[in-house]
Amino acid sequence: MSDHESTYVPKTGIEKWLDTRLPIVRFGADYLALPTPRNLNYWYTFGAILALCLVIQIATGIILAMHYVPNTEMAFASVERIMRDVNGGDLIRYTHANGASMFFIAVYLHMLRGLYYGSYKAPREMIWIVGCLIFFLMIATAFLGYVLPWGQMSYWGAEVITNLIGAIPVVGEPILIWLRGGPAIDNATLNRFFSLHYLLPFVIAGCVVLHLWALHTAGQNNPVGILIPKDRQAKDTVPFHPYYTVKDGFAIILFLILFAVFVFFMPNALGHADNYIPANPLVTPAHIVPEWYMLPFYAILRAIPDKFGGVMAMFGAIGVLFILPWLDTSKVRSMRYRPTMRTFFILFVIVGLILGWCGAQLPDAPVIGDFKTFILIDGDLNSYLWLTRFATAYYFAFFLIIMPLVGLRETPQTIPATISEPVLSGTEETKG
Amino acid sequence: MTLKTNIRAMKKTLVLIAAAAGLTFAAQPALAAGEGHALRNGGFSFEGPFGSFDQGQLQRGYKVYREVCASCHSMNLMHFRTLAEPGGPFFSADQASPAENRWVKAIAKEAQIADIDTETGEPVMRDGTAADRFPSPYPNATAAAAANGGAAPPDLSVMAKARHGGANYIYSLLTGYAAAPQGLQIRPGQHYNMYMAGDLTPFMPEGAHVPPGGFIAMPSPLTAGQVTYDDESVASVDQMAKDVAAYIAWASDPRQVQRKQSGLGVLIFLFIFAGITYLSYRRIWKGVAH
Repeated sequence: MSDHESTYVPKTGIEKWLDTRLPIVRFGADYLALPTPRNLNYWYTFGAILALCLVIQIATGIILAMHYVPNTEMAFASVERIMRDVNGGDLIRYTHANGASMFFIAVYLHMLRGLYYGSYKAPREMIWIVGCLIFFLMIATAFLGYVLPWGQMSYWGAEVITNLIGAIPVVGEPILIWLRGGPAIDNATLNRFFSLHYLLPFVIAGCVVLHLWALHTAGQNNPVGILIPKDRQAKDTVPFHPYYTVKDGFAIILFLILFAVFVFFMPNALGHADNYIPANPLVTPAHIVPEWYMLPFYAILRAIPDKFGGVMAMFGAIGVLFILPWLDTSKVRSMRYRPTMRTFFILFVIVGLILGWCGAQLPDAPVIGDFKTFILIDGDLNSYLWLTRFATAYYFAFFLIIMPLVGLRETPQTIPATISEPVLSGTEETKG
Repeated sequence: MTLKTNIRAMKKTLVLIAAAAGLTFAAQPALAAGEGHALRNGGFSFEGPFGSFDQGQLQRGYKVYREVCASCHSMNLMHFRTLAEPGGPFFSADQASPAENRWVKAIAKEAQIADIDTETGEPVMRDGTAADRFPSPYPNATAAAAANGGAAPPDLSVMAKARHGGANYIYSLLTGYAAAPQGLQIRPGQHYNMYMAGDLTPFMPEGAHVPPGGFIAMPSPLTAGQVTYDDESVASVDQMAKDVAAYIAWASDPRQVQRKQSGLGVLIFLFIFAGITYLSYRRIWKGVAH
């Protein structure tokens, strides 16, 4: 796929002139003609969906920035003013706020797809690593953006998260002050967060270019997980356009239906009511909870009794993704042919959901019923604290123990020699 | 292949819907702790995807707000003109613009707005206009706090969005004042409300059943017949609470009904678009094994 010949022939005079100076039309044409495995399923449409999410966030964000006032006295009212007095402002703001959630739904499914089909394995390590970088930047951007409306959760979320930096020994405190622009979260913090929130999406866009570049160099993975031999190119691939433009397009519209249901009918369902209370440094909310997409990592943070340990675990949970290509020892990419690993993968997804659930609960609250069992070290066994710890242990074990060991010990099923084989013999119907 | 793709498309939609439902559910879990009673249901006309505001109720609610709530609570994000926006309490089809609405102009004129004299720069009070914000009952937050036992009454502009349960919460709270449960130690200046968030354990005798609810500084604000309605409705506490809750729900998000209406159009468009795209997808992939 990387070495596919350009089939573009400039037709008009201006195209010919341009082609010898800046072959941008050729670039686009080659992109559309890109040979793409013919067996990609709907899990592979999230890439296109994510590209759309980024465009939506940047477009709505630029308009919001025209009306938003980054000042602690005026930020809250300026956001409300957008929704009341700016033409279409309620839609723009709710699209942006819910767009962040939609972005994360899509990115989690996109990453799980990569994990399941082994899309991070050679020769695609760089696609995965750049993807992890994008994910990390997304988390940072979403956190910064959540602070901007300057509601109670904005303020106290910023307080909790920046305080984590202060947990780093020796250098933590000076970095904390530098980050906040003063000893406390205040106008200086809000202004720099706004500035960075505007900057990072463009860094993400840059990383997306690298992500696609790496993708087109190494070639797209597919559900069977085998590299397509050169002599099978013609048989096993189809041009990206129209085959995948229409498939991605259909998936995008389905995704937009979900998006629209939230924006038009339940725009605040994914948010927290406390963020409609203006920030007040003197009143701490009863529960400080991050947005849903951060909950698994927030749970991991709270699972560790030591503050600095918690910070390390939380960043480690994201950091471990970067070295994933070297933790997986399997020769087979797709878990479709790795039944043992598939079971562990399903368990991993469930554990991820459990972690998200735990992140929103009080650590001391009982998980089952309303009874106490026995105190294990520092908490009752029947508490979210311990459920979170077991789930955190599995999260790390999945990457650091299960993945290397299963790869060495399992006996994978027979892999088809070509991607056409399962397609034509119809086995795909059972393997979905 | 037909069936397979169909099932796949369906599967994906289901996955997305399930994910969405899961998220909505997961987004609010921690809130059960320390909450009062299950909320009373006001049966509001604006709930649900097809719901819209009852203009008579909004007008009654505005009257309750202005005559009762506004003596202590500000509504800083509201302009008089907002009252006449489409869907609002005083919108009328023949108005040239919300600011030209005659009821709004009359209501605004009753308010006295602090301003400066354009000639001399001296502070003056002038009649309100449709472009003015609702005036605050207190000159500043400190004065509001000083007059109310140390805590300023919260601004009501977005109150329905700032509390779980929205309008039903406001309705429940306003009707949730009850005689204090036996043994409950109430601090001076506090009142028992069975829908207020809080934990009453420390204020109950050891071992006693802890009642739901919490303490609220605001005394029960409504008494029957307090407001004279301009229609036939009876100004019972229940009715006034319901009406003012509806009004605050409208004020918290004045465009919500219009948004839902355009949302229906958007969804119909997207479903048709999805159908057409699916047909082109089927046609393009016809005869291509995948």
